Amino acid sequence: MKVTIDQDRCVASGQCVVAAAEVFDQRDEDGVAVLLNPDPPAEQAADVRHAAVVCPALAIHIEE
Amino acid sequence: MTGTLNPAGEHPAEIPEYPMARAAGCPFDPPPALHAMQEEGPLAKVRLWDGSTPWIVTRYAEQRALLADPRISVDVTRPGYPSPTPIRGSSPISFILMDDPEHARLRRMVTAPFAIKRVEALRPAVQKITDDLIDTMLAGPKPVDLVEAFALPVPSLVICALLGVPYADHDFFQENSKTIIKRSATPEQRSAALGRLAGYLNDLLDEKLANPGDDMLSQLTERIKTGELSREGAAQMGVLLLIAGHETTANMIALGTLALLENPGQLALLRDADDPKLVSSAVEELLRYLHITHNGRRWVALEDIEIDGQVIRAGDGLIVANDIGNRDPGAFPDPDRLDIRRDARHHVAFGFGVHQCLGQPLARMELQVVYSTLYRRIPTLRLATDLDQVPFKHDGSVYGVYELPVTW
Repeated sequence: MKVTIDQDRCVASGQCVVAAAEVFDQRDEDGVAVLLNPDPPAEQAADVRHAAVVCPALAIHIEE
Repeated sequence: MTGTLNPAGEHPAEIPEYPMARAAGCPFDPPPALHAMQEEGPLAKVRLWDGSTPWIVTRYAEQRALLADPRISVDVTRPGYPSPTPIRGSSPISFILMDDPEHARLRRMVTAPFAIKRVEALRPAVQKITDDLIDTMLAGPKPVDLVEAFALPVPSLVICALLGVPYADHDFFQENSKTIIKRSATPEQRSAALGRLAGYLNDLLDEKLANPGDDMLSQLTERIKTGELSREGAAQMGVLLLIAGHETTANMIALGTLALLENPGQLALLRDADDPKLVSSAVEELLRYLHITHNGRRWVALEDIEIDGQVIRAGDGLIVANDIGNRDPGAFPDPDRLDIRRDARHHVAFGFGVHQCLGQPLARMELQVVYSTLYRRIPTLRLATDLDQVPFKHDGSVYGVYELPVTW
């Protein structure tokens, strides 16, 4: 799984962090999402997919 | 001559009025007419107070697709915007009624305090506020109005601390907030209430400019100094954060409690399981099930948009009724059942797209603290009146209860 995020689209809802805290974090200055691991292990895949589903800005892209 | 037909080809008399009434005895369910429309298809027409006939979007998938579509606008001054009230184009409440890029520019000025880690750091303070209010309730007379004694003070105290607004002024700002979000308020009443709150925030900004503190209003004064934000813009943003910060969560606390009291099996599950995962799942399910913002999310199409074989024309008004979207069986099996164990995390109670609720991490955390504390501290909590005597906010743009008499 390869994950990318589009920080320009991000609206800092933080839902990706709630869904998969090992993979996503937020910038201190404005809460915009930061990718911690673009290549998450299989056991985190479901959480990352869920993060992409609930991202209100559709800013998370996944290549399986 | 087809002058009596609207663009969808229906006779005007057949277009139902919106908003619609809930069914008697079903205070937690969206209006039956919305259910019926959703069964028919994702898109229909409704008639508003001014005779206009915008589209209404009732199904979950189409709602999400539209709310993520940059071809829609929240600008109330655009022709075709389906205004919920006779007030148009005046007193915009900051960025919620602006489009990108200005919306994004302003919103990003206030996103940092709502980041997940920042919100988590507030949890102990929210727990203490919750516990102290319960202590006071338990020591006082009963029955008690849960709205006044608990549901309103919890989020009010929290947002006041975050913004740097003195809680001592709560009667003033709660009264004015109430007027602003009341469906039945006249345009003059609403505008006057907005003016009073803006004046109040303006005075507070003066104080923060002179004596900055560790709060969001003080941070906004920094933006005024750098020229990123006008004085008026900062006051409007303050009004938005203050209203949004307490009204919605307060309604979720009181209405959520009532829904749980009416579903004692669910309440027992939540109370007896010492499991943060179940608590957080219950919060998501109650957000989905109750969906308190029942006026629809309102937009106007900027370009032609095709949905389900129909074309929404540029300039057509759009109402995205997320309350019925959260009851779409295509997204939530057996949607009219309250089930705190279901996975409801993909609900649209906070909306979707770039305008999705800014304060949702704070709202979630407050509700998690409240729902995991109140019923454990007062396990015999019960309604002190009949359900049909409870005054529901049918006339509010945010649904809930005006009062909730409880005892134990």
